[in-house]
Amino acid sequence: MTEPTIFELSSPGRQGVRFPASDVPEVELPAAFRRKELPLPELAEIDVVRHFTRISQKNYAIDLGFYPLGSCTMKYNPKINEVTSRLPGFALTHPLQPEDTVQGNLYLMYTLQEWLKEIVGFAGVTLQPAAGAHGELTGVLIIQKYHADRGDTQRTRILIPDSAHGTNPATSAMSGFEVVHLPSDARGNVDLEALKGLCDENLAGLMLTNPNTLGLFDENVTQVIELVHAAGGLVYGDGANLNALLGIVRPGDLGFDIMHLNLHKTFSTPHGGGGPGSGPVAVCQRLVEYLPDPVVAIVEPGGEELPPLYGYAHPTKSIGRVKSFNGHFGILVRAYTYIAMHGRDGLSNIAKKSVLNANYLLAKVKDTYHLPYDRRCMHEFVVEGQWADAPGIRALDIAKRLIDYNFHPPTNYFPLIVHEALMIEPTETESIETLDAFADAMLKIAVEARENPELLHEAPHNSPVGRCDEVRAAKQLILRAPKA
Amino acid sequence: MNFPKELKFAQTDEWVRLENGIATVGISDYAQDALGDVVYFEFSVEVGDKVKAGGQLGQVDSAKASSEVMLPVSGVVTEINEAVSDDAEILNKDPYGEGWLLRIKMDDPAELEELLSAEAYQAYRLG
Repeated sequence: MTEPTIFELSSPGRQGVRFPASDVPEVELPAAFRRKELPLPELAEIDVVRHFTRISQKNYAIDLGFYPLGSCTMKYNPKINEVTSRLPGFALTHPLQPEDTVQGNLYLMYTLQEWLKEIVGFAGVTLQPAAGAHGELTGVLIIQKYHADRGDTQRTRILIPDSAHGTNPATSAMSGFEVVHLPSDARGNVDLEALKGLCDENLAGLMLTNPNTLGLFDENVTQVIELVHAAGGLVYGDGANLNALLGIVRPGDLGFDIMHLNLHKTFSTPHGGGGPGSGPVAVCQRLVEYLPDPVVAIVEPGGEELPPLYGYAHPTKSIGRVKSFNGHFGILVRAYTYIAMHGRDGLSNIAKKSVLNANYLLAKVKDTYHLPYDRRCMHEFVVEGQWADAPGIRALDIAKRLIDYNFHPPTNYFPLIVHEALMIEPTETESIETLDAFADAMLKIAVEARENPELLHEAPHNSPVGRCDEVRAAKQLILRAPKA
Repeated sequence: MNFPKELKFAQTDEWVRLENGIATVGISDYAQDALGDVVYFEFSVEVGDKVKAGGQLGQVDSAKASSEVMLPVSGVVTEINEAVSDDAEILNKDPYGEGWLLRIKMDDPAELEELLSAEAYQAYRLG
């Protein structure tokens, strides 16, 4: 059943709150600031509560079921994160408070910077960026300033593998670089021959996601980095898939110069509508002075009994501030909690279990769904959602039918180099029973595709709304309810 | 799926028909099928532009992806099919006919030899 909008539920004159009589003199609002119409809904409090509770119950969330959205790392978000981030000492502080009154907050951010540096093997970290793509923008601006400071101004191109997230080329283009696509080879790695042909004096850098969006560890990664460095370029690591490497491989040790981390993926902070995100950026030693201003630092070393004094340091060649205040501080508290709770061994266990879960699921479905790059996967894998003997069935139909089995669909139609792609990332937090249930649904849908294709074409059947007309939705943008 | 014999194809899924030194360009039946329902098409070039093969012709948005359409040949753009901008669905309905994209007066018609024949393109895409 469709829930009416809050405006449709409105009844003229009904009130949720009655204000007491004003005890200050009334002031007439200047006419220029007065609106002729103020179309606010009028409802009793209970009707507002019911309306929003009903809507929330139509939602699908990680707290309700399996969410194998590839490249998004929709792992369980531990509830203790919500406890620590609501501690009054964190929740009630103001970013403009004097630094000596928020030493705990600064300690937490400093320690988180140190931990993230150690986890990815870099020399410096900024916690400012508000999301992954914002981290990418920060990183690409650092690449730009690094070359500009050296007078190396002819470096105008950034290489992007064809398996990359769309945010990589978007970020590069937005920063004024020319985007050059880099093909993959037959094993899903960066094509080294193509790369060699593109490594010249115009190369500013390469943006590389490893493991890539096929869920494959790039077997050429060290050669790729050497080639780019030899040509004078910098290598940016997109940390979208860091979950597979935690405690096992440090991108800094591989030679990456910059990378962003998605706290909302790898470090269990809320994700997708529930955010906000957080995309800290880590850099190697030669880029530390380019980080956004300020970074949290120890400004006075402590003594035996005295803790150090935390404050802000100002990188000398900084690209400037990229976010107000300290980024999304409440999210930083959650990521700190997660890392503290797991420790070194716990983090590497996350990577191992996420890879094990993905390979387990892959083994269960790969005889039924075509695997275009037949290799052992990392934390996710990509199969084709189409069969020669099921004409008319596409990845979208399979994704929609999974909703009827109470699963969130996997990422579909990405990466673009796989036809009818279904990109599946189970994460480490799922049990074997959940993985089995999902694999069973995938196998049943493959049978339905042959025996009863209409069931797929018309799916989902059990959701509050059925199949939406995506073309019409894209063409006729109606973003708000018509006035009653 | 249709691969007309008289056309030449680029590996990036555009077709070319050469008549009197003028090349008509569009996207292949395979490309429109892979894209699914096309929503928008935006041209990156204008009539009168001098263009080079491998440059961007336009951007096509479908319900599932946004893709670049590349220029398969070099020359001067003489005509653009505005109907595609108004109603991009014709790319799905008639990719080799009403869904043509633009016409280019080719610098060197011999450039066509670098493109694939219909058979070679069909083998490349469908194996």
